Amino acid sequence: MKFQHCQLPSGLTLIAETNPAVHSVAAGFFVRAGSRDETEEISGISHFLEHMAFKGDDRFSADDINRVFDEIGAKYNASTSEEVTMYYAAVLPEYLERALELLSALLQPAVRQEDFDMEKNVILEEISMYEDQPSFTCYDHIMATHFNGHPLGQSILGSQASITALTSEQMRRYHASRYHTGNIVLAVAGNCDFDQLLQLVEKHCSRIPAGITHRTIPDFNPQQTVSLLTRESSVQQHLMQMGPAPRGSDPLRFAAELLSVIVGDDSGSRLFWELVDPGHVETCDLGFSEYDGDGAWMSYLSCAPNDAAANLERCAQVFAEVNTGGVTSEELEQARNKVASRIVLRGERPMGRLSSLGSNWLYRQEYRSIADDMKIIRSVTQEQIHQLLQKYPLRMTTTAGVGPLSTL
Amino acid sequence: MEVPQFIESYRLSNGLLVIFEPMPDVQSAALSLLLPAGGTRDAAGRCGTAAILSEMVPRGADGLSSRGLCAALDNLGLQRSFQTGSAHITFSAATTADRLTDALPLIARMILQPHLHDDDFEPARDLVAQGLLALEDEPRQQLGRILRQYSYAAPWGNPSEGELQDLEQITPDDIRRHHQQFVVPESAILGIAGNLDSAQLQQTLESVFGKWQGTAPADVTVGTRPASPFHQHHESAQTHLGLAWDTVCYSDPRYYEAWAAVSLLSGGMSSRLFTEVREKRGLCYAISASLSTLKDDARVMAYAGTTTERAQETLDVTVQEILRLSEGITADELQRCRARAKSSLIMQQESTSSRAGSLARDMYLLGRFVSLQEIHDRIDALTVDGVRQFVIDHAPKSMVLVSIGPQAPDPSCLPQQH
Repeated sequence: MKFQHCQLPSGLTLIAETNPAVHSVAAGFFVRAGSRDETEEISGISHFLEHMAFKGDDRFSADDINRVFDEIGAKYNASTSEEVTMYYAAVLPEYLERALELLSALLQPAVRQEDFDMEKNVILEEISMYEDQPSFTCYDHIMATHFNGHPLGQSILGSQASITALTSEQMRRYHASRYHTGNIVLAVAGNCDFDQLLQLVEKHCSRIPAGITHRTIPDFNPQQTVSLLTRESSVQQHLMQMGPAPRGSDPLRFAAELLSVIVGDDSGSRLFWELVDPGHVETCDLGFSEYDGDGAWMSYLSCAPNDAAANLERCAQVFAEVNTGGVTSEELEQARNKVASRIVLRGERPMGRLSSLGSNWLYRQEYRSIADDMKIIRSVTQEQIHQLLQKYPLRMTTTAGVGPLSTL
Repeated sequence: MEVPQFIESYRLSNGLLVIFEPMPDVQSAALSLLLPAGGTRDAAGRCGTAAILSEMVPRGADGLSSRGLCAALDNLGLQRSFQTGSAHITFSAATTADRLTDALPLIARMILQPHLHDDDFEPARDLVAQGLLALEDEPRQQLGRILRQYSYAAPWGNPSEGELQDLEQITPDDIRRHHQQFVVPESAILGIAGNLDSAQLQQTLESVFGKWQGTAPADVTVGTRPASPFHQHHESAQTHLGLAWDTVCYSDPRYYEAWAAVSLLSGGMSSRLFTEVREKRGLCYAISASLSTLKDDARVMAYAGTTTERAQETLDVTVQEILRLSEGITADELQRCRARAKSSLIMQQESTSSRAGSLARDMYLLGRFVSLQEIHDRIDALTVDGVRQFVIDHAPKSMVLVSIGPQAPDPSCLPQQH
């Protein structure tokens, strides 16, 4: 594997990890635009815009985009988070040019009025679909309460009301304000030649306007809150908790990743043995999320409503023991082995490499090979975990739930 | 296009069938072990036995405690899961190639000699029960389970994840009996793919699995299919619709035509259902159809989720699009299906897990392995006339309709059986 990167005259950054031993190549535009960059009035617009991208530009119609992607057998899609909108395609190497041409078209959507009106229905359906999935509802709710007053608390999908009120003009303005070369990284992973790639990118991706939009990163201190959305007809109680953790630029984030595996992996972790293995819950885990300027621990459990309070107490007990006693060297070694194996397995597919490649650059202008990742994971010590727990103990400030309970 | 590939298959001395594909360009190795102990083997009134067994097997084996076994496998970086299906309990695992070899003795001990202690029974049953309760809040997942139930005759339609009301009847002895009767080498299949040496692998497998004994269980007795339409009331935001109709199974000579027909409907974002129902009419976010095949029976199953006031139109348009397929298909749309399939075939070679899974599945459904070249050639050989004729010959004469939501849709758009 070989890493190369360059900045094009337009200001667009191209990064590529080439590997002649794989069969495919994956390419993705990572755009620094997400729900945190919206105002209340245009809530949900980043995600709606991602849908409108597939409706074509001035050269391709909506039908063309899907038809041509399918003609080249691409595995393609897009996603929107709080901070990043990503457009990607994995193809056989001979179709890379066509894929780049289409991907770049996605970044310059025409936003035609009739397409906009029709797609609004699809977005409203998507919102309804997630309402029928309590874990998603719970996620939205805890993000809104934990990050209350901070842009990260803004919903990715938006609400029925905000989406209904959006206009195509607002979308064009939003697009013009964020889709600049200074906010975009084009990442490519897999079987391709860098010099040829560079030519293709110059040929097809030169229309993205230059410029950069800075994101506001306010200071933030979460308050202690408990907030339950009561749904009397629900069978299970879903509960999430959040607390402060290292931000995306903090070197402690690697220790945080390993700690979340030790405490909250879906098997063999502390929470697993205390709650899942004895059958107290349907599921229980702890994750670590890193953002621009912030970070969070996030735990999730679902169980019978009558057991909810006892299960939260069990979680609190696990967290308290870790905060005071740290982790054992055996636990750390086990977590290193788990994470190392995941890095290798995920890295075997270009599509699996693309996401870490693009995010590392977008957030930190940094490249890490699989070998670098392994080295970092191997080098995390108990002392670093101790430092992490001093600074960011597993102390949850925010509790949110969806289910039959109205109090805990 | 040529797809170079080497695959070998052999039986161990105890009858266990092994299919191995060496993949020298990767660092990892993966396995998929099909154990003929799936939900169709659950006794009447004890639906969930296989699901509880899957939960209990990893809880300690051959003198190793539950935690000891878990730690040993985690230290080898082994990503793993048990999945309870209708025919099989499938154990899937992957890690770096050298470590998979080290994990094989532990895996064999776990599968062959699990403790299945009385003490572990209650927690395992509670977990299965919690999973079923969680499904009640997830109408889309629940719909998949009900659609299957109405699509196949029992026990093939039985929910392999269990039935809540049956769980109380199941005892630890049932679990041990299920393991003894059905976790047997004779009709089990082990698919392995990755950067491993063939001769060494065979030797290791013989030494760790060789002593495993047991004969294949008799075929299950098949009952009848429940009548539909079926509606389950639920105060959900969307109405969830499921449709199913008969098609041909994997071993049928016309399988690839059947596959193409489904692919035309739902193979990519330019396929008919996505274009007509979602893109042109904005009726839903999620719509899909896929081919579900057993050894000798198969269905196409379709799903759409839509808000209640648009559910009827969604159903009408979806059924209309399915039936309209027999009016004609174009060379271009078939070509897109081919392109997508070929690209998937090539990309499969980048994943040891997906190769191991496919090898084992082909062996079960066909009794032989299928090379990627063969699939490639059969997809190339598809013609517009051939697929169209298949669609006409197999036009749905009737359809299963199941729904979950605030209101039952009117089924009069469905084809009527004459």
